[in-house]
Amino acid sequence: MSAILISFYILSTITLASAFLTIYSRNPIHSAIYLVICMVSIVGHYLMFNAQFLAMVQLIVYAGAIMVLFLFTIMLMNLNREDEVHKPRITRLGAITVFILMSVVLVTVFINSKTIMGEYDVSGEDFQSIKTLGKVLLNDYMVPFEFASILLLVAMIGVVLLSKKEKIEKK
Amino acid sequence: MNNILNEIGIENYIFLSVLLFCIGVFGVLYRRNAIIVFMSIEIMLNAVNLLFVAFSTFHQDAEGQIFVFFSMAVAAAEVAVGLAILVSVFRNLGSIDIANLKNLKG
Repeated sequence: MSAILISFYILSTITLASAFLTIYSRNPIHSAIYLVICMVSIVGHYLMFNAQFLAMVQLIVYAGAIMVLFLFTIMLMNLNREDEVHKPRITRLGAITVFILMSVVLVTVFINSKTIMGEYDVSGEDFQSIKTLGKVLLNDYMVPFEFASILLLVAMIGVVLLSKKEKIEKK
Repeated sequence: MNNILNEIGIENYIFLSVLLFCIGVFGVLYRRNAIIVFMSIEIMLNAVNLLFVAFSTFHQDAEGQIFVFFSMAVAAAEVAVGLAILVSVFRNLGSIDIANLKNLKG
């Protein structure tokens, strides 16, 4: 076994285990911390692909901004209690059944898909450095890029409006 | 590092993404806390992003990574709006148990 394969297995174990612990742990703050670990291990996967731009963006946006937002909301609502009641047993059994069936079906579907996808060949040309990605993003995908900024602006205005404290006029 | 898919194989990444996505689905179905449900949705989005990057390397094409970039922008907007909705739900109902949201009919 090569070093790359071993590091892939270690990273995958961390990813899956922390994703599972996110769902399993009772305290929402622990869940958020486990989710940070999951995101950082996915950064490790991106770095193994040599996708530098996405690794940085994942680290800044997911592990930084989004998780800070989650933690901030949890602490703002004072939710770090462990008194969440479970769903009814039949629902939990159904969830476990769906999980097992979906994993088995999707894995067995993809086990035999190697012949359809064909073989992987290295062309050797640079396709994912930050320089190349920037050129593709700002030449071919200029309009979607601008729409992404509009989307973020609209989301920002919407969030400010939603979370503003309204004065309810009592009749 | 260009021969990473020769060493590992695209199918290992497919299995990893499938399992991660299933864990996300399981979290949405299993938990009642709305914040954990949001976190599960993030896990699902990340599973799909990981598969996009794997196939972007497989085909030696940058467009998969561009798509991941846009999906991250949409995820950021979605999380911000969703958490704002949760804050206002919490302010009105005093809890974020998703079972409370069945009052929303009509």
